[in-house]
Amino acid sequence: MKWSRRVIKYMIEGLFTLSGGVTSLVILLIVVFLFKEGMGLFTNPAVEKGYALCVNAANPTGSLDARVVKQIFDGEITTWEEVSEGKMTGPIALFRFNEIFSRYTEEELGEDYALLSPRLQEVVAGTPGIIAFLPEEYLPPGQEVVKRLRAGNITPGSFFTGGEWQPTVAPAPRFGVLPLILGTIWVSLFAIVLALVPGLGVAIYLSELAGARARGWLKPTIELLAGIPSVVYGFFGLVVLVPFIQKLFSLPVGESALAGSVVLAIMALPTIITIAEDAIRGVPRALREASLALGATHWQTIYRVIIPHASSGITAAAVLGIGRAVGETMAVLMVTGNAAVMPRSLFEPVRTIPATIAAELGEAPAGGAHYQALFLLGCILFVITMVINLSAEFIASRGQGKGVGA
Amino acid sequence: MIETKHVDFYYSSFHALKNISMMMEERTVTALIGPSGCGKSTFLRLFNRMNDLIDDTRVSGECLIDGEDIYSKSVAVDELRKRVGMVFQKPNPFPKSIFENVAYGLRVNGTRDRSFIARRVEDSLRAAALWEEVKDKLRESAFALSGGQQQRLCIARALAVSPSVLLMDEPASALDPISTSKIEELIASLKQDYTIVIVTHNMQQAARVSDKTGFFMMGELVEFGDTKKIFSDPVNEQTRNYVNGRFG
Amino acid sequence: MNRKMKQALAFATFRLLGVLVVGVLFSILGFIIYNGAGVINWKFLSASPEEGMSAGGIFPAIVGTLWLIAGSIAIAFPIGVMSGIYIHEYLGNRWIVKVIRVMTNNLGGIPSIVFGLFGMALFVHAFGFGDSILAGSFTLGLLVLPLIIRTTEEALKAIPDTYRAGSYALGAGKLQTIFRVTLPVALPNIITGLILSIGRVSGETAPILFTVAAYFLPRLPSGIFDQVMALPYHLYVIATSGTDIEASRPMAYGTALVLVMIVFMMNLLATVSRLRLGKKTKMD
Repeated sequence: MKWSRRVIKYMIEGLFTLSGGVTSLVILLIVVFLFKEGMGLFTNPAVEKGYALCVNAANPTGSLDARVVKQIFDGEITTWEEVSEGKMTGPIALFRFNEIFSRYTEEELGEDYALLSPRLQEVVAGTPGIIAFLPEEYLPPGQEVVKRLRAGNITPGSFFTGGEWQPTVAPAPRFGVLPLILGTIWVSLFAIVLALVPGLGVAIYLSELAGARARGWLKPTIELLAGIPSVVYGFFGLVVLVPFIQKLFSLPVGESALAGSVVLAIMALPTIITIAEDAIRGVPRALREASLALGATHWQTIYRVIIPHASSGITAAAVLGIGRAVGETMAVLMVTGNAAVMPRSLFEPVRTIPATIAAELGEAPAGGAHYQALFLLGCILFVITMVINLSAEFIASRGQGKGVGA
Repeated sequence: MIETKHVDFYYSSFHALKNISMMMEERTVTALIGPSGCGKSTFLRLFNRMNDLIDDTRVSGECLIDGEDIYSKSVAVDELRKRVGMVFQKPNPFPKSIFENVAYGLRVNGTRDRSFIARRVEDSLRAAALWEEVKDKLRESAFALSGGQQQRLCIARALAVSPSVLLMDEPASALDPISTSKIEELIASLKQDYTIVIVTHNMQQAARVSDKTGFFMMGELVEFGDTKKIFSDPVNEQTRNYVNGRFG
Repeated sequence: MNRKMKQALAFATFRLLGVLVVGVLFSILGFIIYNGAGVINWKFLSASPEEGMSAGGIFPAIVGTLWLIAGSIAIAFPIGVMSGIYIHEYLGNRWIVKVIRVMTNNLGGIPSIVFGLFGMALFVHAFGFGDSILAGSFTLGLLVLPLIIRTTEEALKAIPDTYRAGSYALGAGKLQTIFRVTLPVALPNIITGLILSIGRVSGETAPILFTVAAYFLPRLPSGIFDQVMALPYHLYVIATSGTDIEASRPMAYGTALVLVMIVFMMNLLATVSRLRLGKKTKMD
């Protein structure tokens, strides 16, 4: 062989080798990028970047919990007694940055707002009970006039156990992921409950009852339906299912967890049917014949021998169906109403993790806390689906050992 | 007593059995021999209507068990299969315990009486000469048994529903010589209670276990008679060649 | 109740379920076709959206989707096929194959929105492609990579070893065997996988949301660093957040039908290619 041909051969084989590792590499990259961005969230202060929560220098309060800050700014807490354990008394005087423009005239703020900073100091120094949310650039250094409250960083604890997802409220956005996780599980589980029995029924029908001709066109058609884009299913849900559910249960809005579950169930059906049917058809002929030869009816053979034998494949189908449902984005985004609240019933709007990412990432400035929080949601989704897929694989492989002994 | 009269069988357009008439007496062992694809297994599977499971097949002629045409409309297939047990080429226990394998046929036939089931399981395992080997591990998976034990378990499973006929489709072809000889002993003892039809590739086996032998070729029954006669002095030239090992 | 009646009841239930489920799935298709068929005409396919996307056509979205198909397949197909060859022809049955297969399956199971996030972080920001056809194609390409690898592997697995042995026996090397014997025989099935990936790419929305898709962009792209409209995102936009949702319903039905038709055609094509090409190279 000429040396040039040998070089080409090694180059091509080298390319093959590189490509062989491509999926592992991509997964690695996904992990790195998702977690790098996501973990950045916990280096963010609990209040918006570039801003500070300020109080009068005489105020002994050193720090406030992010949740308390939100309650103060929502007007739910109005006196210092409620938050500072007796160190500070009197009513809380809320002050937002833009109020400065109504308190002072343009002349008083000076040309190009040159006097903005001293005016802010005036306000803070002159109001003992003040709590103000101000940009750092207009604040004097040191704590003599304007004292900054320590807000601390966003903590994993508040992220994973927080019950409120309000990523854009000022001054302290709330990144509590619980309602989203529960919303995702709620919608997906109910979807599988809806889809499993019909899906299994159709799988049994196809593999055991349907004639060769009926199966010949039904099976490819069902596989075809698995290929219809999710946005089309979502559109169907939006124009048909949502109004129907609204009328049927006389709800204020039809966009609800139920609508999401039904659309997901419809979308999961082809997957469940196909995998379960394969599992049922994989049951060795010998077992079926043995049962029939003992005088069992066809139905007895199905539920006593065939289904138990195919059970691991059927379970894998259900688990994979859940995995699909958990990760499904567009259809859910279009029909669930997307209210980030704790799910309480099937008839209220909920919001899932993928829908949150899809709905909010466009508006979250790159690198900010909100952006990073959405990446962390991506990490959670990644971990959940990874666990689901691995367990489906494990369940399916455990079933392969069962066969006809020889 | 099993009797066939002018039976023809087709797999779509393939004529698999041609005008077979034959009579198998009660409490005897009939062996069906012949080269691969000669129709002997198809013939065997007529008697518990196992061929019904294959699409696009057709039977004509009469197939009688104890004088009743088993292909008439009034016969319930699952009731027939209760009366006609079958043991397959490869042992095919269910992925259940040893006990549940044997009890299966009783359970699907609606028996709920536990003590009755336990008794039948023991009797069947004894009849299949397996009881002594498995009595301490009835709850263990059937897959824990050796191949020969699995096949005897399948025989026990067939016996548990009290059939009168036992069909065996090369029951020892997947087994080692020791297991095979056990199965053969078993057949000899089961003969006292059951009408046995056995398909086999192994001519020594047919000679050892059967009373009557039928030789099949190309879907036809070439010769049928006493086993001794078939193996020592067959009428037909093809039969002679086959039993002497000249082909097949 | 005796066991005959139980069986009759159970089977009746299954038949009913079968009819019901298939009926539901078909009524969705029927609904889209019924409402979309009247909308689709030459203008719809060849004009830009007009009047706040409530009239006109979807031509820019069709072109955008074609760009994305071409781009993602150009990236994923060669890599996927080479990966499949390496796994099946070079690694054979070693333990590492199991690891790779698990990785491939898992990559295939990652939700598409996660691909969107990843594509945004890596291609849009880290590589500096910006929102562009390039970033979108890479993201979609990674999404369909597992599908292409798996179909390639399956296609190679289906080829009997005697073919390879025959080639080796004539003194051919491994690479020659792959290019002259194995790949040509496996091609129909690999092409089938390719066509199915095209169907998949054309319908995905979540991965392109933040990597390429434009809300409204009536001009055609001039290069791979441009943003484009795409059919699935366009459907999402006019169904949920157009300027006049009611008025743009017909446009939405039409777009949905075009998407469904693409999937239909790809499946049909896949079947045909399997049958036609399969015949030519079949050696029994």
